[in-house]
Amino acid sequence: MPAFTLPLYNLMPEKTLYKIFSLGDSGLTVDFGNIIDESLNKLVHTAFFQLQKDPIPGMIEALPAYSSLTVYYDTFFIRKISGQKTAFEWMSEKIKEYLSKEKNENENSGSLIRIPVCYEKEYGIDLEWIASQNNIPVEEIIDLHKSATYRVYMLGFLPGFAYMGMVNEKIASPRKQQPLPVEAGSVGIAGKQTGIYPLRSPGGWQIIGRTPLKLFDKEKKNPTLFRSGDSVQFYSITKDEFENIKSRNA
Amino acid sequence: MLDTIQDLGRQGYQQVGINPTGAMDQYAAAIANILIGNHPNEPVIEMHFPAATILFEHPAMISLSGADFNVSINENPVPINHPVLVNKNTTLQFHSPKNKSRCYLAIKGGMKLPKWLNSYSTNLKAEAGGFSGRRLLKDDVIELNELTYSIQPDENDFKILPWKANEDFGIEYPGQLMVLPGAEWEWLDASSQEKFLKNPFFISHNSDRMGYHLASEPLHSTTKSELVSSAVSFGSIQLLPDGQLIILMADHQTTGGYPRLGNIISVHLPMLAQMKAGDKIRFNFTDHQAAESLLLKQQQHLLQLEIACKLRLENYIHEMSHD
Repeated sequence: MPAFTLPLYNLMPEKTLYKIFSLGDSGLTVDFGNIIDESLNKLVHTAFFQLQKDPIPGMIEALPAYSSLTVYYDTFFIRKISGQKTAFEWMSEKIKEYLSKEKNENENSGSLIRIPVCYEKEYGIDLEWIASQNNIPVEEIIDLHKSATYRVYMLGFLPGFAYMGMVNEKIASPRKQQPLPVEAGSVGIAGKQTGIYPLRSPGGWQIIGRTPLKLFDKEKKNPTLFRSGDSVQFYSITKDEFENIKSRNA
Repeated sequence: MLDTIQDLGRQGYQQVGINPTGAMDQYAAAIANILIGNHPNEPVIEMHFPAATILFEHPAMISLSGADFNVSINENPVPINHPVLVNKNTTLQFHSPKNKSRCYLAIKGGMKLPKWLNSYSTNLKAEAGGFSGRRLLKDDVIELNELTYSIQPDENDFKILPWKANEDFGIEYPGQLMVLPGAEWEWLDASSQEKFLKNPFFISHNSDRMGYHLASEPLHSTTKSELVSSAVSFGSIQLLPDGQLIILMADHQTTGGYPRLGNIISVHLPMLAQMKAGDKIRFNFTDHQAAESLLLKQQQHLLQLEIACKLRLENYIHEMSHD
């Protein structure tokens, strides 16, 4: 696959390499490298927000991920305006032009969202496991988890599921071998990522607590609490507070 | 029973993890609508066998496309791929699956349902969209939009109108699913790449609207690298850690972390959607030029059928009103 140089956004100090991959005949993925990196993720989101504001003709939607941006397009429409080119060639060229333009604006700075979490063992069912695996007291796992500010790198997997990072190395944990049923609101760790299950679902992340907040509400115009680019902090609540907030939100 | 309301999918919300869902066989869903002069994106009922028995309390114009489940109205057989007028108090029944897996029922004027995020498709995981966000159950009542003209089939239980759509997919099917190579195709070792293109793959029983698990000789990746999550699509073929493949279908997640070996071209997804557990499939590579040409051909075919059906319907309504 060909690589192209990207000269560049103001926030990127050097030229960034990227590749364009086909995702079938109606989508393509711009891949900036298979890594979790904050500055690359900001680049992805700068491009994403620009595309939202100023869409390429024929674009159906765009999907930002850790280090890639996917564009879905209407092949039938593009073939009416692309001349001899395939829709894939045409869209790839548009994307390259787009990324080569100087952009002065940075990504939309997201909101800071504070999330109450009850870290009681009843909810944090894997706290003991992490404690023994990582040789660290449970209290320290909780302290480390809530002492950092996390970036929402992307949403995916489930409606409103935010992939956040990075947790302190001392509490990083591998996924479970087999996915198990996980309750809505469960806060988990996988590798150096942290995230919250918005819905009851099978899941493989190590669960350390639960939030009473609704992360997905289908009745709302914007049904998910998080957007990618947001910043997130966790704070500890008791079981009583958990129940109070939960009943208020019900 | 898994009968759900679907349209051609929900667009614009993958960025927050809400997947498009929509009909598995979008071609058949569009045909069912087009036959009766509906917009192709009107909601339809997607049915698997065994399917619901449906009582019409009011006259309606309907059409069925996709799988033929040996359909009857008040015990008399009716064909699929035809518009049919049904009288009030008639019963639509589905007796046995003849060939394919999914049948689509469209109703002239559409169903009185609220849209969720701009689409009628049922998102079973989010419990939203379609009919109360769930599969249809016994005793559910779906209201139909009223029409401005009478479609009463006289005194008969039903009347088959004299135009139809062909059984095919608007294109020829080569007996193989055509694939565009994916971002991680190169991850496969040489012998696995060969096997991918040579070996048969069988659709497993644990296949559903989310994805088809395939059974075959395992394939191997040359790399132990993990993939950070990135977009996946309807038709993406992923390599699972045990060396087996999964093809993502209409209810797929928005993002995933398994290597993407390729993507099945859009025009072959309807055929795949109509296959069943145990069916054998083979893959072959194609390029964008060929994939897009087929897509244009299929779209042109649908457009022509849409124009023809609208004309037939207009003439029919015109004649009826002069009786």
